[in-house]
Amino acid sequence: MDVVTLSRLQFAITALYHFLFVPLTLGLVMLLAIMESVWVMTGRPIWKEMTKFWGALFGINFAMGVATGITMEFQFGTNWAYYAHYVGDVFGAPLAIEGIVAFFLEATFVGLFFFGWDRLSRLQHLMCTWLLALGTSLSAMWILIANGWMQFPVGARFNVDTMRMEVANFADVIFNPVAQDKFVHTISAGYVTGSMFVLAVSAWFLLKGRHIEIAKRSMTVALSFGLASALSVVVLGDDSGYTAGQNQKMKIAAIEAMWHTEVPPADFTVFGIPDMKNQVTHFEIKLPWLLGLIATRSLDTEVPGIVDLEKKNIQRIRDGLIAYDALDKLRHDRDNSKLLNQFKTHQDNLGYALLLKRYRPDVVKASDVEIEKAAADTVPNVPLLFWSFRFMVGIGFFFIALFGTGFYLASRRRLRNATWFQKVALWSLPLPWVALELGWVVAECGRQPWTIDGVLPTFLSVSSISVGQVWTTLIGFIVFYSALLVVDVVLLLKYIRLGPAPISMKEEAA
Amino acid sequence: MFDYEILRLIWWAILGVLLMGFAITDGFDMGAMFLMPLIGRSDAERRIIINTVGPVWEGNQVWLILGGGAIFAAWPYLYAVAFSGFYLAMFVVLCSLILRPVGFKFRSKMPGSSWRTIWDWCLFIGGTVPPVIFGVAFGNALQGVPFVFDETLRMTYQGTLFGLLNPFALLCGAISLGMFVAQGASWLAVKIEGVVERRARMASVISIIVVLVLFAIGGFWAAQGIEGYRFISVVNPNGPSNPMLKEVTRMAGVWMDNYGRLPASMLVPALAFLGGAMALMGVAVRKPLMSFIGTSLLQIGVIGTAGVSMFPFLLPSSADPNASLTVWDASSSRNTLITMTIVTVVFLPVVLVYTSWVYYVLRGKVTTELVKQNDNSY
Repeated sequence: MDVVTLSRLQFAITALYHFLFVPLTLGLVMLLAIMESVWVMTGRPIWKEMTKFWGALFGINFAMGVATGITMEFQFGTNWAYYAHYVGDVFGAPLAIEGIVAFFLEATFVGLFFFGWDRLSRLQHLMCTWLLALGTSLSAMWILIANGWMQFPVGARFNVDTMRMEVANFADVIFNPVAQDKFVHTISAGYVTGSMFVLAVSAWFLLKGRHIEIAKRSMTVALSFGLASALSVVVLGDDSGYTAGQNQKMKIAAIEAMWHTEVPPADFTVFGIPDMKNQVTHFEIKLPWLLGLIATRSLDTEVPGIVDLEKKNIQRIRDGLIAYDALDKLRHDRDNSKLLNQFKTHQDNLGYALLLKRYRPDVVKASDVEIEKAAADTVPNVPLLFWSFRFMVGIGFFFIALFGTGFYLASRRRLRNATWFQKVALWSLPLPWVALELGWVVAECGRQPWTIDGVLPTFLSVSSISVGQVWTTLIGFIVFYSALLVVDVVLLLKYIRLGPAPISMKEEAA
Repeated sequence: MFDYEILRLIWWAILGVLLMGFAITDGFDMGAMFLMPLIGRSDAERRIIINTVGPVWEGNQVWLILGGGAIFAAWPYLYAVAFSGFYLAMFVVLCSLILRPVGFKFRSKMPGSSWRTIWDWCLFIGGTVPPVIFGVAFGNALQGVPFVFDETLRMTYQGTLFGLLNPFALLCGAISLGMFVAQGASWLAVKIEGVVERRARMASVISIIVVLVLFAIGGFWAAQGIEGYRFISVVNPNGPSNPMLKEVTRMAGVWMDNYGRLPASMLVPALAFLGGAMALMGVAVRKPLMSFIGTSLLQIGVIGTAGVSMFPFLLPSSADPNASLTVWDASSSRNTLITMTIVTVVFLPVVLVYTSWVYYVLRGKVTTELVKQNDNSY
């Protein structure tokens, strides 16, 4: 394998691993804040017991999230140095702002959450918990602003003197519609994960007949919060679909395995076997109109198909070559205003010309065959996206049903005896993680062959490092991370088995 | 005010402030973890040491994370060259940093003594390896590292991991470890009482003297033997961020140029010695807080000295001195620097306010009773 493949593999593994912990942090901290608020408002000690119990589990998970997050920040520099140079001016800012605005907040107050119980008044401690929750949510927002820009690079332009993308309008980067949709969709998914975790563990307590009072109350909180979040994941996911339909047309077409542009409104393929080679989908089962409605919210707007987009990309490559040629000449003739105008007219497609670098260094001499090959590269892995998306959405709808049912049972006070529901809840525990990781696969594999959509191809983004170096770190991460995961799960299980510690009499009296 | 030149200077200063913030705060976490297996003889003593930093180390580490983010946002060339050039060294730093959160959180969650001993050594690694490697990195930066750019500004690094381990760089690694240990020792003297406090005071005296001696040796070495870098073409501080537009030469002793040009800048290395002396005096008169302020000034003095000596160079290239990264040609765009300056000016004071409040809430000595009382203790 080459440096590009290995670096992608390493990024995928470390990012997916990091995201085992992040969503649980995002969700659990909200539930902690809610439980503690109930304690402060009602003064009933059982709610403090609950906060402390779920807080201990939160802490173990939080440590893993922090530990694996550092890798993510460093990796853009270690493995993706040309990316760091090419877009650091835009992409670095939200990461740095995340540090100063969000991560400081959550990392500082997480200490008081655990060590401040005896040193703070109830209200002060509650404030720390809410600031911790605020910090985690803000942190997710800034990271997703950075990620959203990779999907839809607004507010930036290429600078000829520095050979990189630079910020033209920072407000556009922050209020990027893709970023905003991703943020609310992802954070709701995190809330579902936290709710699912609390629900499943509480269900286990009920099944074992332990800690009934705490389990019942925890379940009620998780069910209400989870139902609201599960609904919002799907609704906001639909919003993401609409935004992607406008800005990342190839991604939408690939998710749908829609090879040819259809007469609007396009159908939604529920099932099918996409065939990349022959550019067809076998055994299709379609729902009429649905895709057109999701992607365009209208009955008469076209959703372009893969084959047509690929053809259009041939044009974009040819256009980009004009910009590339001008840029090349500008390096030796910087003050030539004719060349500069030529570059500016065609610079939007510069990234498409860079796709040819895979086939030859002097891209302006590319043949028609090479241009067609480069255009074919712009099609992401269709079957992977098609299936990842369908499983993710399926799980999303399952959550609405699960939390809805639980909510109904709870409101009829039948939760305690519904062992069938408790079993379903327990065995559903892994599902949020499956859906989340598939979601990232859809988002990031759907972005290929680009690191920055339409701007910088993935294969150009890597560092000038050796295959041996990346193998060393890749194997190192796999071994190290696997060991940590074992320890993490062992500890979580131990603390779940131990269950909540009863608050001592002294504390209750005070 | 928002002149490109001024903005670049501001971000050079902010980078320094972040590194100093890291050394002062996370420096004592790391130094304390270096000392933990050495001066904590029993599990109870070790838990006290760990719990002095337990509630605050996470916030302290953000100085490092923010430092990385600020380099990415404000000095993208530096981020790209340093992180990919020092590839394997960065991996080692990462792994040792990852050991810290899990070490703190997991260590006392199981009672077994071998379980705890393993995590003690993980925490020791997490407190020892990063300062050594950061110091070695600074030592190499002072000598220049072998990287070149092609015409699309893609960087190629020509050195190896073992090339980083030259004598001067190792000296800098030792200085860096020593000053973090001094910081950790003076922190422990503030937060602990009794026999461990006495051992911490001893560690603090030894580490401060070692650091000051090594720092003086490093100063003479840099003045006499080490080749510094100097512009030989006119540089436009408002020019585009492209490191390939200037000419640079390399010769021994030029890292002293700035002290000749601006004699007042000699106060920066002097601060390291003053801070060290103040810390030693604090030990002598039993004022641990005075010691802690002294070692904090020591961190500022040493890091500041590296910055002032090299200014305006950030990371010179030994393979192609003309490609060296400097304050004037390795920054982000003016737009990005303006945005980042506003965010920093607004939020850094807020961070300092709530961080101070947290330290205030957690004030006082950490004792065995306190550790046992809280079931969340590490």
